[in-house]
Amino acid sequence: MNAISNEQVLNRLNEFFAADIRTSDEPYGLLTLEVNPSKAYEMIDWLKNDSVLQCSFLTNIAAVHYPTDTNREIAVVYQLHSWRNNFRLRLKAFLPIANPSISSIVEIYNGANWMERETFDFYGVNFTGHPNLCRILNEDSMDYFPMRKEFHLEDETREDKDDRYFGRF
Amino acid sequence: MEAKEHYKANELTDLSKDTIDGEIATINFGPTHPSTHGIFQNVLQVDGEKIVSAEQTVGYIHRAFEKLAERRPYNQITPITDRLNYCSSPINNIGWEMTVEKLIGAEIPKRVQYMRVIIMELARIADHLICDSVIGVDAGALTSFFYPFTEREKIYELYEEICGARLTTNIGRIGGFERDFNETFHTKLKSFLKTFPPAFEEFNSMLERNRIFMDRTKGAGPISAERALNYSFTGPNLRAAGVDYDVRVAQPYSSYEDFDFNIPVGVNGDTYDRFMVRQEEIRQSMRIIQQAYSNLPEGPYKADLPEFFLPPKAEVYNQMEALIYHFKIIMGETHIPAGEVYHAVEGGNGELGYYLISDGGRNPYRLQFRRPCFIYYQAYPEMIKGMTISDAVLTLSSMNVIAGELDA
Repeated sequence: MNAISNEQVLNRLNEFFAADIRTSDEPYGLLTLEVNPSKAYEMIDWLKNDSVLQCSFLTNIAAVHYPTDTNREIAVVYQLHSWRNNFRLRLKAFLPIANPSISSIVEIYNGANWMERETFDFYGVNFTGHPNLCRILNEDSMDYFPMRKEFHLEDETREDKDDRYFGRF
Repeated sequence: MEAKEHYKANELTDLSKDTIDGEIATINFGPTHPSTHGIFQNVLQVDGEKIVSAEQTVGYIHRAFEKLAERRPYNQITPITDRLNYCSSPINNIGWEMTVEKLIGAEIPKRVQYMRVIIMELARIADHLICDSVIGVDAGALTSFFYPFTEREKIYELYEEICGARLTTNIGRIGGFERDFNETFHTKLKSFLKTFPPAFEEFNSMLERNRIFMDRTKGAGPISAERALNYSFTGPNLRAAGVDYDVRVAQPYSSYEDFDFNIPVGVNGDTYDRFMVRQEEIRQSMRIIQQAYSNLPEGPYKADLPEFFLPPKAEVYNQMEALIYHFKIIMGETHIPAGEVYHAVEGGNGELGYYLISDGGRNPYRLQFRRPCFIYYQAYPEMIKGMTISDAVLTLSSMNVIAGELDA
């Protein structure tokens, strides 16, 4: 039971960021917005301080790789939560894989530090302005971003197990 | 480097008044130090025994769970979640099952929801018992470590009756349980409900008002509510700082709204408060279990989801439909609809979230675990700055940093 409906949240955001919200959707009741990547920092900062929405808790940051979406291969997903109004909000910023750069939000939320490092570690997203953007879970000498879809989990050279027989590729 | 210069460079003016021996030493705390209870390293800069700065290294047991999950059928991801916070595996398992159920829109019978509540609260008790008794160990009290382990053993026996396993439980299925609570479980749970409260109070009485324990833990590793929120803290560590956020109340799942329980909060956010919050949560969990068990509804122990439950062998041999489901489950060909869902449960350490994106195939397109440990462990250097090394040990154990959850 949300104290504020998703529609109200969207209307309030549209008052200030109408030009930067590209699409909106509500999968399973969670308001999901695709936003202009260059405005993501500003929106998250504004959401934290807005007296109406009070969306001031960063739940998590994740990235997703969509190799077939040209020029918007990497999605950075921010999930925010307003405890006062008890609603969640998901912001997505799509970045080109050639230069996946987005402003770091460590200054807004200190907790974003490791979340961004993890996202960099696995997807190679470059969070500009991050105080220490280096690998966190993987080894420092690793020279690729292992969660990207081009890295298959199983050894491609294996011959004893052919997944095509099961309709999988 | 001279201590005064170091303080000056790091703007640590308040500490410079009482430097200890005027020289900064670097020590490695971990990765395999007995007091870290898992493999993580901290590089400490110390002046005498006073910590000037700390830097954590994590990732020693990283097992690429998120990548593994992209190749596994949904039912095979449950055992991966066991290995996140392995002190309370059933919460992880059930949280994951509920995420998939949310995505496929399954209706879960009331009995299953209550059974889950009982198991999740048992897991929470086991988790908090380990954490609290280990705080005792790190403060030098071994007796209070062994006493509650008798009780924890009983909880593990209860898991065994449900799923056959003790630590990495893989409890339940997507849609419910593979079998109902058996007679032994009922007997053991009834006996546990009777014997646990006095045993717990005995354990509690060893530490709660113990002068030595209080002197060691009060003021050790404090964090303010504001800083904790900035670091995205959740769970007992946040509540110890005085913020009453609990997923069970804020966004109830699995019928938590049916039960009457309190959310304890602390004031100072220090080690003692974290200990006290966990102790009270154990009592509240007992209240929830009692309510859930005495009102346990009649009905099926699983939802009507044949694609996630192996049919009985006799049916597999004689019925076409059962054979199809058997084959699909064994071959991992259970497809679920495309969708994007985030589901959070209150884990032992805080908001344990599953962010699942399905593209309609047999395995997730993307699965991310929101691991509370990973997020709040960032604040550790800030919490121990200016403390002694023994305070740092206590702070680490009272934050309940579990290596499995930290590194995924």
